[in-house]
Amino acid sequence: MNESTEKRKSGRPPENLKNEIRIELPSYSINEGIARSAVSVFISQLDPTFEELCDIKCAVSEAVTNSIVHGYRDGFGIVYITVKILDERTVRIEVRDKGCGIEDVKAAMQPLFTTDSEGERSGMGFTVMESFTDRLSVVSRPGKGTKVTMIKTLGERNAK
Amino acid sequence: MKRNSKAAVTTVIDGHTMIISLFGDIDHHSAKRLRGEIDNNLFTNRPKRAVLDMSDVEFMDSAGLGLILGRISCAEKIGCRLTLLSPSPQVMRILDLAGAGRLIEIKQS
Repeated sequence: MNESTEKRKSGRPPENLKNEIRIELPSYSINEGIARSAVSVFISQLDPTFEELCDIKCAVSEAVTNSIVHGYRDGFGIVYITVKILDERTVRIEVRDKGCGIEDVKAAMQPLFTTDSEGERSGMGFTVMESFTDRLSVVSRPGKGTKVTMIKTLGERNAK
Repeated sequence: MKRNSKAAVTTVIDGHTMIISLFGDIDHHSAKRLRGEIDNNLFTNRPKRAVLDMSDVEFMDSAGLGLILGRISCAEKIGCRLTLLSPSPQVMRILDLAGAGRLIEIKQS
């Protein structure tokens, strides 16, 4: 990973950090659904619209699936998910694996790019993540792993 | 808060039309099983027309898109016309990303 792993000492949390959840899941495909449900429950404290919640669930599902299907294609590993609520309504989602990494990130992010020879995967994973969030960044090192970071700011909700 | 619902498929044959109804969450985990069941039914019965009823699909990501695109080409192989019925707005957004409307007829009931 290019960025150093975050390690916070005890004490006061950073000022703009409102809440945080860290989830570690083994790379079993059943955990794709569990990951998006867990993130969805965590995000619900912001009272997102149904569409915002769907977007986040879908983006998380894509990132976690990539880690399981691509990152850990040669074996088993752990998928690390960190979701932070920053400021009032900004959600920062990080999905990281210690898998095989991506040789050419730019190529992998092109719509319809797929390594699937059976032609059953759409190659639209990164396109979904990009379309359903405000910002997407992908850092990968072959043999070391991949980190996907997505940021989405939710719309203002009127006080009830 | 809806719990994560297990994906399922049921098939009904009505004359020359096969109605394939999908339920629950379609992701990479469930897509492989659904694909096997749908293809088994398609290739066994070889209908002239088939309808993929999406009205009870609660969640779908790009794996579901792959599932649908794959079934379009399977249907073509056996000369079957496939129609997509009642995708939710969430499912429709995924379909639109891939321009699936150009590849398959989409009907809202």
